[in-house]
Amino acid sequence: MNARKAKHGWIWTLGFSILSLSWIYPIVLVFINSFKKKAYISRAPFEIPTDKMYVGLENYINGIEKTNLIEAFGCSLFITVFSVAAIILFCSMSAWYISRVRTRVTKTIYYLCLFSMIVPFQMVMFTLSKIANMLKLGNPVGIVVVYLGFGAGLSIFMFVGFCKSIPIEIEEAAMIDGCNPLQTYFRVVLPIMKPTCITVMILQAMWIWNDYLLPSLVLDQKRYKTIPMAVQYLKGGYGAVDMGAMMGTLVLAIVPIIIFYIICQKYIIEGVVAGAVKG
Amino acid sequence: MNNRSMKKYGPIFLLPTMIAFTIGFIAPFILGVYLSFCEFTTVTDARFVGLKNYIRFWNDPSDVFLHSLWFTALFTIVTVLLINVIGFAVALALTKKIKGTNLFRTVFFMPNLIGGIVLGYVWQLLLNGILAQFGRNLKYSSVYGFIGLVILMCWQQIGYMMIIYISGIQNIPGELIEAAKIDGASPRQILKNVTIPMVMPSITICTFLTLTNSFKLFDQNLALTDGDPSKMSEMLALNIYNTFYGRNGWEGVGQAKAVIFFLLVAAIALVQNYLTRSKEVQQ
Repeated sequence: MNARKAKHGWIWTLGFSILSLSWIYPIVLVFINSFKKKAYISRAPFEIPTDKMYVGLENYINGIEKTNLIEAFGCSLFITVFSVAAIILFCSMSAWYISRVRTRVTKTIYYLCLFSMIVPFQMVMFTLSKIANMLKLGNPVGIVVVYLGFGAGLSIFMFVGFCKSIPIEIEEAAMIDGCNPLQTYFRVVLPIMKPTCITVMILQAMWIWNDYLLPSLVLDQKRYKTIPMAVQYLKGGYGAVDMGAMMGTLVLAIVPIIIFYIICQKYIIEGVVAGAVKG
Repeated sequence: MNNRSMKKYGPIFLLPTMIAFTIGFIAPFILGVYLSFCEFTTVTDARFVGLKNYIRFWNDPSDVFLHSLWFTALFTIVTVLLINVIGFAVALALTKKIKGTNLFRTVFFMPNLIGGIVLGYVWQLLLNGILAQFGRNLKYSSVYGFIGLVILMCWQQIGYMMIIYISGIQNIPGELIEAAKIDGASPRQILKNVTIPMVMPSITICTFLTLTNSFKLFDQNLALTDGDPSKMSEMLALNIYNTFYGRNGWEGVGQAKAVIFFLLVAAIALVQNYLTRSKEVQQ
């Protein structure tokens, strides 16, 4: 069978090449349109910008100014980095404890985590935003607490799954050598958990970076915006959407992700597979 | 292990996560269930009204909850089938010895990393551009909105499911396929009797992910159609959002709908898990 496939290999390669090109076409289209005058974007989206349509970087400048995109980028980066860091540190600690000390309390916590995984965000969205408001969590630091809380379910579930496979003798040896549980955790357990940390990191970072609804409800919108909020703001803030600014903003929102993806794609794809197998 | 010394450290290990978990999930969930039986505009002025919120919207002509439910259900069925069948087919093709498979995988997976809001506006440009050739746009009819959402969802999710299927297919022991070939099985028989049963765990995961993703879809819906025309392309999540934040005095109804939504998601998750797990083979 392999021999036969190899003979027609180039047809498959050609077919998939065409399919791949059409796959990235929507993004290429936005890129092309980001250099057009706004009037031409809705009227002639499929044409290559000619002299008359070409506006250079005007759409980008417009988009950045209208949405405060640079600040939004910083805000998104801050929230994602610190939320993911908090999730990795605190959830892995809790997960290790849950899997090693089996009491009624830890079992209850574990089942609550499982339960939280099937609860859709709409169920808690209103009350969560009110509680966050009451506790003054409507800033990039406060929202880290909210993300840690809402992301804990999946993360603890995945860490517990991995902890069960760590041979307990390693930890016991560390304890006998005089490590207290905290030292054992940081010097022995955490290094062993590195692959799971990467998986959790990737899944949570993909979620938090792109999340729109949670930050738009929790954050003080007048002062802080994440990138998805900035994009949506372009539509909501004005009567008619400025298509030029929209195209520029979209390109600027996509480019960092693609660069990041190209650099880390091996980890990202492995992380997704590992996450799916355990979930 | 020395359990007593571990227990002394319990608060250090558990408290940070548990405080956040209480703020971010447990308290909002319990309060949410309670508020679904109340009339309120902010949390503090809640007044218990029993089941009123659960009844109020069914007969209200301006509320499209039931329509949203059917729209979402149909959307979920169509996308789950399309994404899984195409994702699996692409995975099969890309595990054959073809030049450039790594590049193709990279390309197909890419849309997953871009957020729903951004993708919604990207596709709005493309689809409106195509429809404009016929003097229409996405807001012309909910059918266009539906098809648009299906295309967008497939484009985004096929790559993700493909990756999972590829790893499932690659984990099938080579001897198994060799043995089937020696026994004279045709490629179609191998697919039906060896490959598909062996990747059943992947199928479980992928149908679960696509089911819940489609059923809970919000960002893409908001960005691509925003429910137009006149809420006819509004899916459940967006309907709940608009009930909370679009209608004064209907917050309790929004919460009641959210409880119904949660029960539906939970039921789907449990039934799906039960059905596909029972088909998995032991290795």
